[in-house]
Amino acid sequence: MKKSIGAVAAAAAIALSLSACGGSAPASTEAKGEINYWLWDANQLPAYQQCADDFTKANPDIKVKVTQRGWDDYWTTLTNGFVAGTAPDVFTNHLAKYPEFATKKQLLALDDAVKNDKLDLEIYNKGLTDLWVTEDGKRYGLPKDWDTIALFYNKKLIADAGYTEEQLKGLDWNPQDGGSYEKAIAHLTVDKNGKRGDEAGFDKNNVAVYGLGLENSGGGDGQTQWSFLSATLGWTHTDKNPWGKEFNYDDPKFQETIAWWSGLADKGYMPKLETTVGASVADNFGAGKAAINTNGSWMIGQYTSYKGVETGIAPTPKGPDGKRASMFNGLADSIWAGTKNPAASVKWVEYLSSTACQDVVASKAVVFPAISTSSEKAAKAFADKGIDVSAFTTHVKDETTFLFPIADNSAKVTGIMKPAMDAVLSGKKPASSLSQANDQVNALFK
Amino acid sequence: MTTITKLPDPPAGGTKKAGTSAPVRNGRGIGDLKMALVFIFPAMIGFVVFFLIPTIRGIYLSFTEYSILGDPTWIGLENYTSIFTDELFWNSMAVTVQYVAINIGFQTVIALGLALLMHRVAKSTFIRGALLLPFLVANVIVALLWFWMLDYQLGIVNEIISWTGLPRIAFFGSEQWAIPTIAAVNVWRHMGYTALLIFAGLQAIPQHVYEVASLDGASPARTFWGITIPLLRPVLVLVLVVTVIGSFQVFDTVAVTTAGGPINASRVIQMYIYQKAFTESDFGYASALSVILFVILALVAFIQMKFLKGNESDLD
Repeated sequence: MKKSIGAVAAAAAIALSLSACGGSAPASTEAKGEINYWLWDANQLPAYQQCADDFTKANPDIKVKVTQRGWDDYWTTLTNGFVAGTAPDVFTNHLAKYPEFATKKQLLALDDAVKNDKLDLEIYNKGLTDLWVTEDGKRYGLPKDWDTIALFYNKKLIADAGYTEEQLKGLDWNPQDGGSYEKAIAHLTVDKNGKRGDEAGFDKNNVAVYGLGLENSGGGDGQTQWSFLSATLGWTHTDKNPWGKEFNYDDPKFQETIAWWSGLADKGYMPKLETTVGASVADNFGAGKAAINTNGSWMIGQYTSYKGVETGIAPTPKGPDGKRASMFNGLADSIWAGTKNPAASVKWVEYLSSTACQDVVASKAVVFPAISTSSEKAAKAFADKGIDVSAFTTHVKDETTFLFPIADNSAKVTGIMKPAMDAVLSGKKPASSLSQANDQVNALFK
Repeated sequence: MTTITKLPDPPAGGTKKAGTSAPVRNGRGIGDLKMALVFIFPAMIGFVVFFLIPTIRGIYLSFTEYSILGDPTWIGLENYTSIFTDELFWNSMAVTVQYVAINIGFQTVIALGLALLMHRVAKSTFIRGALLLPFLVANVIVALLWFWMLDYQLGIVNEIISWTGLPRIAFFGSEQWAIPTIAAVNVWRHMGYTALLIFAGLQAIPQHVYEVASLDGASPARTFWGITIPLLRPVLVLVLVVTVIGSFQVFDTVAVTTAGGPINASRVIQMYIYQKAFTESDFGYASALSVILFVILALVAFIQMKFLKGNESDLD
């Protein structure tokens, strides 16, 4: 079984190099047949189905079959497909997953395609293309979209508390007293008797509305939970990014951020970790149980669709140095090394990463496409739906983003960091215990 | 062609057997064996393909480092030696044993009670059938159903609890409650089925034994402990062996609710194996964990059969 994969992969590589040698024009003669394409986000399925239809209209010889699978199924089915030889030709890839696939030689390098078809990598938002180059300099994906983090807030609860939306957009934070961010969260918290979190007699054990919702402990990356705070202190997950070899969970800057954050639960301003197992943080927001949620731009659709809740979006708070920060994550499309149809797959990936497809995605107002001009169109499409997404785009405009930490062993890092973070957030262990977890994590790279 | 030429053979053999008396038994024995093999063959294919080969391969993989993509490399006993110093393994064993104790304890007692009720009181097929309903719902659906009903903020159970003025309970979220909650959900699902098995055992107890007991003036409690339990023992042992093994392998309920959390409070052994294999791509280590679980279960089944004398009946 494994040999046949190797043979197919080798054949595919040869076929690709042959087609590449012949220049871009003759390559299209071989590019025909059906290719399979997978993605996990059901919200984006209509957009990509339309891309596939448009693509087939322009290239009648190539049919694209689009399949959507839920996040959890997606990765196990994909891995099984690699082994069984039934993986899709092209699939949506994630930064946390692709390093391992590349090491295990499951991805087709796209360097030849970029060179021969003279793809312009400058059209994408800055930094996104570099995320998909491994340590040995090979490119394994072309960017399709990006996301940043912001605060979703319940307009009515904000108004009831006497806050203006402008105030909410100008919050600041520091790890000592939490700044105006904590003041707002405290004031937005209301207990069963109607007492606010910053008033005398507040009953923290009987909270009706929490100031800040809690999704989970954030594991090792804290993408939507705490990374936008720790980064304002200049903290980074790893010694360098991408391909860091040493993690910094023992840094006091990180630990004081986590200590402050988990302190909110003790004060009753944020739900306790044990209460978050079950309904999602967004559904609790939709049910009016929290005034503010921190979440990613891919959640815009869900947060703005709750009946009876008017949702606004504010940028993440400014740090001690007056700057904001947000993790910048991007997805890309990759080609499986075992594809029987590399020429057609390359063509499809090139189409997916072109303005033609990304403008279609932009028009559906579900995510921000990777191409700068397309993401401006997406922002406009959101605005047409009455949603102001400047809280997300401001990070890109002001260049206050930092990249998702890309490193090997990401599943094992999560396996260590999730229980460790859970223990801190549920008050079982102090934040200093994360130094021990850091040792375990760093031992993975020795 | 071959089948046609072979066809006349059995009658010829048959006539030979009829000739002398002594070889008849031998001939018939071999004939039975052939026939038996024909009947066993389909089941054997399934057994070999789906049980024997995977088991042997699993044992082989437990001595290797294997990430599914790529080839396994032989590392000898390294997986096993690191398992014995792996805190998470010992934690998962403790959690699993806690789960099994709660699950089997409650399930067996409740099922026995239900079986007695079915036997003595609830004679209607409808009620007996209704007891089985939870078992007919898929495990994952049952888990999700309770997951939502027991949700801290939005679940109906916690709504009712808070109406009565008591504090809400984080059933799946708190370290103390997670395992008892998961165990209770599975008791709810399996008690009807277990009761049905015990009920079948109750029906096999001859009525005249009870008649004699009542003539002797035995109290209901004395009848229960002196007659019902001893005569029910073989069935109870079978039920225990099957449910304990099933209980050790709890996975789906954990996977769709807590996924092992909070922290490691519900990381049962199967969950840990799954995590090692499918999320961390450490199939060698996961295979070694599976082999250990296999040995433990074999021992548990053996001990139960041996000491509870499951293969003997007191009726003889």
